[in-house]
Amino acid sequence: MKIMVAIKQVPERDAQVRIDAAARWIEESGLQWALNESDAYALEEALQLKEKHGGEVVVVTAGPERVGPTVREALAKGADRAIHIDCADLGSRDALGVARLLAAALKPENPDLVLTGLQSDDLGQGQTGVIVAELLGLPHASLILHVEKTETGLTVKKELEEGWFQTIELPAPAVLTIQSGGNKLRYATLMGIKRAKTKEVRTVTAAELGVDAAPVVVLERVALPQKQKSTQMLTGTAKEAAAALVEKLKFEARVL
Amino acid sequence: MSGIWVVVEERDGRVSHIGCEAVAAGQKLAALTGLPVNAAVLGAQTEALAGEAATWALAKVARVEHPLLAAYTADGFTLALEQFFAVEKPDFVIFPHTYQVRDYAPALAARLGQVLIGDVTAFSADTAQPARPVFTRQLMQGRLNGAYRHSGNGACFISVQAGAFRADELQAGTAEVCSFSPTIEPAQIRTKPGERFRASAQTIDLGSAQRIVSVGRGIKDAANLPLVQELAAALGAELGASRPICDAGWLPLDRQVGSSGQTVSPKLYLAVGISGAIQHLVGMKGSQCVAAINKDPGAPIFESADYGIVGDLFEVVPALIEAVKAARQ
Repeated sequence: MKIMVAIKQVPERDAQVRIDAAARWIEESGLQWALNESDAYALEEALQLKEKHGGEVVVVTAGPERVGPTVREALAKGADRAIHIDCADLGSRDALGVARLLAAALKPENPDLVLTGLQSDDLGQGQTGVIVAELLGLPHASLILHVEKTETGLTVKKELEEGWFQTIELPAPAVLTIQSGGNKLRYATLMGIKRAKTKEVRTVTAAELGVDAAPVVVLERVALPQKQKSTQMLTGTAKEAAAALVEKLKFEARVL
Repeated sequence: MSGIWVVVEERDGRVSHIGCEAVAAGQKLAALTGLPVNAAVLGAQTEALAGEAATWALAKVARVEHPLLAAYTADGFTLALEQFFAVEKPDFVIFPHTYQVRDYAPALAARLGQVLIGDVTAFSADTAQPARPVFTRQLMQGRLNGAYRHSGNGACFISVQAGAFRADELQAGTAEVCSFSPTIEPAQIRTKPGERFRASAQTIDLGSAQRIVSVGRGIKDAANLPLVQELAAALGAELGASRPICDAGWLPLDRQVGSSGQTVSPKLYLAVGISGAIQHLVGMKGSQCVAAINKDPGAPIFESADYGIVGDLFEVVPALIEAVKAARQ
């Protein structure tokens, strides 16, 4: 089974974000980067499928040079090789533009299964996997927690709203977007980290893939959100703040 | 071009609440752009749904009907709307931002060479470009807002976030009902959806809890959970959690608050070490009073909190337990 996993490098979850000078995106200098959370679950699902059925796990990512350590992390966890689509203008491409890059890199590989995270933790559009399926002409299912290979294709467990689930059968090859939490994530072992250094990372450029960057939808401006409520911030030592909160809850909000 | 089309979803035989919100958003966009607004209902039998939509101030209600649309599939819905919009040529298409829409609307937009602006919370138009409104959606897990504009030719696709527009502002009226029959072959539906099921019987009903202490990633380790359990006990509160805590298996799934868990509306919601991703906020925004403890002053949870403490929960929570115990004696 040849499984390809599309991953994204995103700012680390706790990173302090600052808006850049042009107010078009965040200031990227000095940021810490990490593997997008649901992509980590997609990779985990792929590795487990490989352990059960054999085959190959190939990670694909688009981004500038800084994605290197994230790619190595995926290889250290057990992916066999990687394709890095080198492009410095990821942020100016819309969801269709990014999906076109990934689809162009995926297509010649003829994968049996394509997995990706449900959504990225930075833009949060949750569209890439679904559009990749459309561009490759493959069936898809989204918000998947568990994947089982059957004789004819795949049986997947899909998350619905409010605690409901659904089983879906679909033929392979297919594209699945993976929801966080379906598996326990593995850590890279020392041996894995060592092996990752010798694994193949093939770099291709957007131009080589023949995908231009003209977007249909443009992110024109970023801004801090307006507060929905007037929040009273309680300050002082932990003890003072705790005492002030209890006072407010008891006498102002009257909920104690 | 035929103006604005709102694609509504059914729930328990009626237009879903968020579907009504999407129609209200459509009426608002119509007022802004001067375009007519219409609604489309999809399914195998759409008469009742169309009848409901026809009581709103809309130009047209279209029944996009086919036996193969009885159960939702991405292939069926994408094909049906691709054909319908090829005829109607909309300027704008509005969806409610549901799990179902997230499953097919990006593919539908891509098939038409377009890109969905998803999970929109607001829109406005500037005088320079009244026909090209700016759509706001959240970035970086709710820490930032992004302003998006559709720049190409053809329809602009958006989906609206639950709660962003008000269903009670939906304007009543009458609409002409029309029908559209897409051509769908069984072989074109590649996925086979099964019955919906719940993982296990839900044993904890957070929905009726008066007070909830909810815990998130900030707790760092399952071994630290007794700290928040003690706080919940002191407050006489139920314990809730954000998704990562249940994903990690630290608490059972039926303690999860948010879009994939339970929706709660207690008198007091105390969020401990929860940053406040939108998937969590939609599950607790009906709370009467929200208090939050987080070490990150920029955590989005503070945007929806009445009271906030920026600090280390491992210092604040023990102090809070003492203060609560003293106050409730």
